[in-house]
Amino acid sequence: MMQGWLRSDGRKGIRNVVAVAYLVECAHHVAREIVIPFRERDVHLVGFPGCYKNEYAYEMMYRLGTHPNVGAVLLVSLGCEGFDRRGLREAIAATGRSVKMLVIQAEGGTRSTILEGRAWVQQAREALDRQTTVPVAVNDLIVGTICGGSDGTSGLTANPAIGRACDRLTAEGAACIFEETGELIGCEGHMASRAATPALAEAIVACVDKAARYYTVLGQGSFAPGNAEGGLTTQEEKSLGAYAKSGASEIVGLIKPGDIPPSGGLYLLDVVPDGEVRFGFPNISDNAEIVELIACGSHVVLFSTGRGSVVGSAISPVIKICANPDTYRRLSEDMDVNAGRILSGEATLDEVGAEILGLVHAVAGGQHTKSEELGHQEFILTYKHFEPMGPGCLPV
Amino acid sequence: MTAAVDRRLLLLSEQDNVVVALVNLKQGDVVCIDGHEVSMRAGAPLGFKIARNGLAAGDKVFKYGAAIGSATAAIARGDVVHLHNMKSDYLPTHS
Repeated sequence: MMQGWLRSDGRKGIRNVVAVAYLVECAHHVAREIVIPFRERDVHLVGFPGCYKNEYAYEMMYRLGTHPNVGAVLLVSLGCEGFDRRGLREAIAATGRSVKMLVIQAEGGTRSTILEGRAWVQQAREALDRQTTVPVAVNDLIVGTICGGSDGTSGLTANPAIGRACDRLTAEGAACIFEETGELIGCEGHMASRAATPALAEAIVACVDKAARYYTVLGQGSFAPGNAEGGLTTQEEKSLGAYAKSGASEIVGLIKPGDIPPSGGLYLLDVVPDGEVRFGFPNISDNAEIVELIACGSHVVLFSTGRGSVVGSAISPVIKICANPDTYRRLSEDMDVNAGRILSGEATLDEVGAEILGLVHAVAGGQHTKSEELGHQEFILTYKHFEPMGPGCLPV
Repeated sequence: MTAAVDRRLLLLSEQDNVVVALVNLKQGDVVCIDGHEVSMRAGAPLGFKIARNGLAAGDKVFKYGAAIGSATAAIARGDVVHLHNMKSDYLPTHS
C-alpha cells in the first residue's frame, strides 16, 4: 500500500528525508562530513556551489527544502557567500518543517560545525522517525521522466513503455512530467497537436524554438558521443525516441524548473534558460535534469537508459528502466526493469508499462529502488536564468 | 508498428527508409529487406539503422515516420546508415 507523510501544504511525501544543504562550495566539505555517519538513514546531501546570487538557484533550493519527500533541513553556510540563507531558512520554517542554519565562520570552524551539525541531524532524524504516515493515492503523485545514456534501443523499448505507464498514471489523476526541450527538437509540431489549448500549443513551439537557438549558439545539441556509439545519428532521431516517454495523453501544461503542476495530467518541463546564452550548457549532465524534475515536486523519477546509466538521486527515488538487453545483462545490479525483453518478443510494451506502474506503487509504499539500495544520491545544481512562464501555459 | 519480414529487423513506420537492427548483425550476414536478400557490407550492432532502399545524397532519412536528417552520400539497400553517410537537418552532431 502506498503511504507517506502529510505536509502542511497538503502534499504528501513518499520519503521522509533530512536534507543537509551547503549554500556555497566552501561549505560542501563540512556538510558532507555531517552526513557521512547517517548515510544509511535517509540523510541526503544537496547544495549550490556558487558564491554569487542567482534567483534560479534560490528557487530550486527553496523547492527542494520544501519538497514533500523532505521532513527537515540543515543549512550549512560559510558566512560570506551571496546566498540569502536567512530568507531560505524562514521560507522553509514557514512550512512547519524543522530547519536549522549553521554558519561555519560563526561556529568556530570546520570541526565545531561538523559536531554541531551531526547532533542536530541526530535529533531531527529521531523526530522524523516518530512521525506517523497517511495513505497515498495515485492522484497525490507527481512522476518525472528522463532518459540518459540513450542508444538505438531507448526509443524502441524503455521510452514507449514509460509512455504507456504515464498514460495510465495520468488517467488515474497523477501528474507526469517530461522534459529537455533540447531533446525534443523535431517533435514540436506533434507536441503542439497534443496541447490542450491553442495558446499552449503556441508556447510549446516557442519553447522548442528557443532550445534550438540556444543549442545552435553553443554549437552542439544535447547529443553525447555515447549516443552515436549506440546507433543514434542525429539530434532529431534522439528526440523522436525520447519523445516516446510522453505517451499519447493530452499535454495539459508547460512548466519551468520549480513550478509545481497544479493538477494531474501530462506536463512538459522547459529546462532551457531564457534570454541570451549565459552560464554554458542548460544541463551539464542527467542529474541536473533530475534535480529540476524533483524541484517541480516529482516524488519519483522514471529513468530510461540504453547505454547504462547507474545514477540515482538525492531526495526522490529513481527507477531505472533499461532499454537494451545487452546492457541489462552487464548492469542488471543497477537496473529496476528490463525493457529489452520487448526486442526478443518476451514482453509487450503494455506488459513492461504495467511493470513500471507496479514499481511506482511499490516504491511509493517504501520499497527501495536499485539506486537507493546502492546508496546513489547524486545531486548537481548550477547557474541558470528563467523568466516566469507566460499566461495560457497551465490548466485553468 | 509493422514488423519487417526478417525478425532481426524492425520497421517502425511504413514511411521509413531505414530499419533497425534488433540483434548484433555482422559483416557478411544475409538479411531480408522487403523481400530482397542483402549481404551486409558492414556490421550493424543492436539499435543501428540499415537502409531499406537506395538513397541519394540530400535525400531525407525517415525513422518513426519522421525525418531524422539527410543522406550525405549515396546509400545502397542494406548499408548501415550513420554518421558517415547522414547528418542532422537541425544541429551538427559531435562525437
